[in-house]
Amino acid sequence: MHICIDDYLLDIVQNSFEAASTRVELVLDETESKLKCLIRDNGKGMDAGVQKRVLDPFYSDGVKHTKRKVGLGLPFLSQACEACQGTFALHSEVGVGTTVEFSFNLGHLDAPPMGNLVSTFVALLSHPLAKELVIRRTVSTRKGTSTYTLSKEELEEVLGSLSTSGVLNLLREYIHSQEEEVMTYHVEPKMQSETRRTQQEM
Amino acid sequence: MAKMTLEELRKLRDQKQGEMQKRDIEGKDSRIVIGMGTCGIAAGAKPVLDAFLAALEEKHIDNVSVTQTGCMGLCYVEPTIEVIVPGMPDVIYGKVDAATARKIVEQHIIGKQLVTDHMFDRPAADIIKKDGGK
Repeated sequence: MHICIDDYLLDIVQNSFEAASTRVELVLDETESKLKCLIRDNGKGMDAGVQKRVLDPFYSDGVKHTKRKVGLGLPFLSQACEACQGTFALHSEVGVGTTVEFSFNLGHLDAPPMGNLVSTFVALLSHPLAKELVIRRTVSTRKGTSTYTLSKEELEEVLGSLSTSGVLNLLREYIHSQEEEVMTYHVEPKMQSETRRTQQEM
Repeated sequence: MAKMTLEELRKLRDQKQGEMQKRDIEGKDSRIVIGMGTCGIAAGAKPVLDAFLAALEEKHIDNVSVTQTGCMGLCYVEPTIEVIVPGMPDVIYGKVDAATARKIVEQHIIGKQLVTDHMFDRPAADIIKKDGGK
């Protein structure tokens, strides 16, 4: 089971890479109370039958691991969103791509902590199957709004292949400076009282 | 640190490359492959990636390839990583945490000695302990 929001992001964006996408977008919009996420790819997509089954932890297409009977990525994510009264939606079309849209209610007692977005972005951008990945992160609160965008193609144009330790450490430093800037607009979510679901509701 | 522009990043890279050429070729053609499947992530593969990058930076080794793969089939000893160093057997290490990552950099990548207490796959079966020595 994943601990932080960034673990879910890392896990689910990798699905897009493995679906033979040439372009993947990860959009994160954070406010004082919510984190809205969108992962959009132009990969192979899923038909209606598969879409119905992907949230079942005991479903796997059996392609990557032929003998395995579990697939936990999306089930973990939808469960985590649901636990903090967030949202989860999946849209997919064969041959067109897949979009996963979800949100976390950050003031909820059961919302996972954010984790380390800088590390997550380094891992995603340097993933060997990632062709173009565009990450857009926005923090918008009463203090103001700030955004940064990372594009794998653009970063590789500057740094060369994102594969060796020296380059990855430079990449980390760059993303860290972007993250530090947007975090000056971050406001700690106000914990909502009585958000834990009662026994009957569950 | 002020927000860096792509131009500043380019300058920093040029400056680093100059330094790199003066340095020894310690990590040349070495590769670290981190298992970053659902199981790896859940067991803490991301902090391990961070630890490898930090340890390599500390030792001024800029040319080790650090990459990722999915599950390597050893979910019970995640985080797992594969280390490929020319002239040494390819090894899969399991139960790797930040401290082990540091040890692998110092002992395996630099010292060219296997870290036997975390080995789970590859060299002769009699070297590999079933539980990796844990």
